[in-house]
Amino acid sequence: MFKIIKQVTSFVAMMAVLFAFSTETMAAKKSKTLKNTQKKGFVRCGVSQGLPGFSNADASGNWTGVDVDVCRAVAAAVLGDANKVKFTPLSAKERFTALTSGEIDILSRNTTWTLSRDADIGLTFVGVNFYDGQGFMVRKNSGMSSVNDFKDGISACTNIGTTTELNMRDFFNSKGISYEPVAFEKADEVVAAYDSGRCDTYTTDKSGLAAQRTKMSNPDDHIVLPETISKEPLGPVVRQGDSVWEDIVRWSLNVMIEAEEYGVNSSNADAMKTSENPAIKRLVGAEGELGAAFGLDNEWSLRIIKQVGNYGESYKRNIADTGILPDRGPNQLWTKGGILYVPPAR
Amino acid sequence: MNFKLKNIGPQLITIAIVVLVFGFFTFNAQMNMENRGIEFGYGFLSQESSFDVQFSLIEYDGSHSYARAYLVGLLNTLLVAFIGIIISTILGVIIGIARLSPNYLIERSAAFYVEFFRNIPLLLQIFFWYFAALRALPLPQDADVMFGVSFLTIKGLFVPRFVWENLDIFFYSIIAAAISIVIIRNYARKLQENEGKQLPIFSISAGLLIILPLLTFLFGGVSLNFELPVLKQISTTSFIYEGGLGIPPELIALTLALALYTATFIAECVRAGIQGISKGQKEAAASIGLTPRQVLKLVIMPQALRIIIPPTTNQYLNLTKNSSLAAAIAYPDLVLVFAGTALMQTGRAIEIVSITMFTYLSISLSISMLMNWYNKSIAIKEK
Repeated sequence: MFKIIKQVTSFVAMMAVLFAFSTETMAAKKSKTLKNTQKKGFVRCGVSQGLPGFSNADASGNWTGVDVDVCRAVAAAVLGDANKVKFTPLSAKERFTALTSGEIDILSRNTTWTLSRDADIGLTFVGVNFYDGQGFMVRKNSGMSSVNDFKDGISACTNIGTTTELNMRDFFNSKGISYEPVAFEKADEVVAAYDSGRCDTYTTDKSGLAAQRTKMSNPDDHIVLPETISKEPLGPVVRQGDSVWEDIVRWSLNVMIEAEEYGVNSSNADAMKTSENPAIKRLVGAEGELGAAFGLDNEWSLRIIKQVGNYGESYKRNIADTGILPDRGPNQLWTKGGILYVPPAR
Repeated sequence: MNFKLKNIGPQLITIAIVVLVFGFFTFNAQMNMENRGIEFGYGFLSQESSFDVQFSLIEYDGSHSYARAYLVGLLNTLLVAFIGIIISTILGVIIGIARLSPNYLIERSAAFYVEFFRNIPLLLQIFFWYFAALRALPLPQDADVMFGVSFLTIKGLFVPRFVWENLDIFFYSIIAAAISIVIIRNYARKLQENEGKQLPIFSISAGLLIILPLLTFLFGGVSLNFELPVLKQISTTSFIYEGGLGIPPELIALTLALALYTATFIAECVRAGIQGISKGQKEAAASIGLTPRQVLKLVIMPQALRIIIPPTTNQYLNLTKNSSLAAAIAYPDLVLVFAGTALMQTGRAIEIVSITMFTYLSISLSISMLMNWYNKSIAIKEK
């Protein structure tokens, strides 16, 4: 009899311990990255070495841009403060190694989502925060107004290690034009070489062209040709193997886009708690238990919207108001003729 | 037995530690890669590379394999190293000797050159030559003709291309000339040793090298045509030269920067070598009636070379390794093409970096083997 009681109590104790562990943020336990991030107190984020509108540091070292905002959103969600991000500027060449080796936890560096990158090298793309396409910049006085004006022997400056190099080859091959690729490691050198006349055209993602044009000695002397020769869905990337962290980053981005769709922004987010629309209430944490799935509290999405803003605010602040690409083009909500469409946060 | 163990013991322990440390890192890397779902393997080398390279010594485009892209990068690196070593050696010897010139102006300008170029970081010099030169050079349509047939422009140096017929016969004639030169030199040496007569070896050699190949043009059916670069319009304001041979400005800037930089160190090696020979040698040589040229060639240089060669080998190695800075100015060398583009397209960091490191190691070891062999052949042979 005594034996049985002992067995029962020990069983109950064991179950209690197990249960305690499983309720105490099951997700957080599963996600090593989340645990480490909370322990460190900052999100480790890989960004570009300076691309206005996407990730660019000002003179005092403050990073701004739509890519930067993704990392800030994650920091707001998991740490409660959008400023708790450590940015690591990376070249195109270093970026994937930095992520897979664990030096950073999010790569938000205008990186194109492709099959081979997603499937092959230990990376997982979590979404698209900017729909881009590769284009060409030429000098205005060259008389070229379309890619159909390209002729044999044209020299094209670009960056190494990007999908640009591959698209360029596909494009010129399909047109049967012989060309001279001049590929640099850093964007600044590409701009300097093109600007000096070394190349007839400069090719990269159109958003990049628009941003770099502002760095030319005489921006008005250059035009971006209308054609887009490739699909470049740019988005944040995480390491393979931590599905909870992957979900956190994915939904931090999705929340920003959905917030814009429902008209929730940084200034009205608190007031929206009393909204009649359940979708909005879920978004600002007034209804449902959406955060629990990640091991976060229920106001994680509210913090993102309050501290970083919705996607539209981020775009306006970083890309439109800086004169890089005032027209949102495909990066407009699906409800307004664009292709931004995210699964519902519910 | 005990003695043997004492000798071998520490060495065995050292080897064991080295093996353990390497083993640990290899194991660790393997574990980490497995955890992160990264595969390891060299199979990607046979895949299609699908990127183009600006400048290649062999036929290459994106439909070739990554292995071929590797070869393209390797050859481009070797090309820069080869040209750089030749130019820096010639320049270094001239500057080194100039630094010992009794002429004040020559001596000072050589010293200025050395101090100036060796004290500025190489990367800056590469940038300077590339971007400064780019800005200074004319656009293709504005370029002045050089020597009637060449154009130096912002898009590169365009020179006539040789179009050969029966090139093999021409090569045979050069080989024949080389063989006869060796025979004549041997004969001349014997003649000098036995009878004390001197043959004008240099003139004879030069004559042979010119006359034999010339004969092939007259009788061997060899012919040489030039394909001249012709200006072609691409758009209203952009032009390019077609035909002929285009040497990209990246290659020119890189070679120039490397050669000018390394020449300063070689000049110092040469100066050290010559100054390392005691004055008595020169005076003794002069006193037996040798001309100043003979003194330098027969007495000073053979001894000075023994001092010059080992540090110069270092400089050759430095130049070769420094050529990896090419990536900064878009010259498609091994680092840019293979450890750059190929690495990023495949994401195989460990494989590609290991291949690249091994390649540089092999190049450097080959150069130092060659130089050591040469050093041995000029060392004092004790009889």
